[in-house]
Amino acid sequence: MVALAANDDIESILALVKDPEISVLSIADLGIIRRIEEGEDGRVVVVITPTYSGCPATEVIEADIADMLKLHGITDFEIRSEISPAWTTDWITSEGRRKLEEYGIAPPAGKGKAALLGHEEVACPQCKSANTEQVSEFGSTACKAQYRCLDCLEPFDYFKCV
Amino acid sequence: MTDKDMLFDYLLRLGDNSLILGQRLAEWCGHAPMLEEDLALTNIGLDLLGQARMFLSYAGEVEGKGRDEDRLAYFRDTKDWRNLLLLEQPNGDFAKTMARQFFFDSFQYLQFEALSNSSDDRLAGIAAKSCKEITYHRRHSSDWMIRLGDGTDESNERMQRAIDELWGYLPEMFEMDAVDDAMVADGIGADVAGLRTKWDAYVNGVLAEATLTRPEDSWSVRGSREGKHSEHLGYILAEMQFLPRAYPDAKW
Repeated sequence: MVALAANDDIESILALVKDPEISVLSIADLGIIRRIEEGEDGRVVVVITPTYSGCPATEVIEADIADMLKLHGITDFEIRSEISPAWTTDWITSEGRRKLEEYGIAPPAGKGKAALLGHEEVACPQCKSANTEQVSEFGSTACKAQYRCLDCLEPFDYFKCV
Repeated sequence: MTDKDMLFDYLLRLGDNSLILGQRLAEWCGHAPMLEEDLALTNIGLDLLGQARMFLSYAGEVEGKGRDEDRLAYFRDTKDWRNLLLLEQPNGDFAKTMARQFFFDSFQYLQFEALSNSSDDRLAGIAAKSCKEITYHRRHSSDWMIRLGDGTDESNERMQRAIDELWGYLPEMFEMDAVDDAMVADGIGADVAGLRTKWDAYVNGVLAEATLTRPEDSWSVRGSREGKHSEHLGYILAEMQFLPRAYPDAKW
């Protein structure tokens, strides 16, 4: 029997799994990993959360987690998805927000219900101007809206609040 | 019907609503009046598909006959579908698609808000998650009602025609039958009849801002809960179910 890796080790292995659609972010940055448990039979249980209900990346992420664990010699594991409490962009880490902005995607501007209701000010990830306008609340993936900067005139993606 | 049968039927209603409307929205892919709307309609359709998967998976488990989400989506015939008649109506022009969406988004938002307090934890979890997405859907369709209603003479006329054509499909959303009553009594389901006042207040507000006229309640149709559908559902299923029925063991 292979000794189980400590939770810290599993965490660092999972931190290597990238989001399939925004490859600068790890799934840890996105707040997708709820917790790591030890199952009754001693196996590793990774509990994750889907982001959007219909996000096609969810299944890819599960497969990528499985591949990454196997690559590190962990073969006895289970990946479980839980939807409650619902994932929120508030769970994106500050490191994740920094990486998003560097990549050219404006990170979620607000928190809680006010943001969900559309009361948010979005800064341009290129020139940092707050003088921006929304083009559409729906974009290239479920999690993004389309914006344009009225100062530097660049169009950009905005990771919208949920 | 046993309690289990009723919960199964209730979950089918929720899942079928999402799946059929999602399928209708997918028909717009590549055909919307502008690129941003093409993306918006398919994104909303994808959210609905995600909801449908969660409801139908759960329904299959409750039923306990080994049917998974795909089996329920691809191998049921029209009489076994429980989606509202409104949602299977053809897309028509962009105004009609948006009016149908607006009426349903406004309803689904309230329905799911109520369901997020369900005594059934799994159902409550699905509803709470979906409710956030529906907030975006409802804002999108409400904006379009106002933009088209309070737009040009032609856009106003076409939007008014769309709501007139759909109006009689709306009372079915608020209908309660024995399954709904049992689900409400158990603390599982939502009292949709009780949501009518809130729905009216929201819809009236948007229609007024859009300079559109709320139609008279002069006609209505119903029957989806008993599997009585319009002819349109058969065509939707024919397209959606063809591949898995022609190649039942195909994996993709």
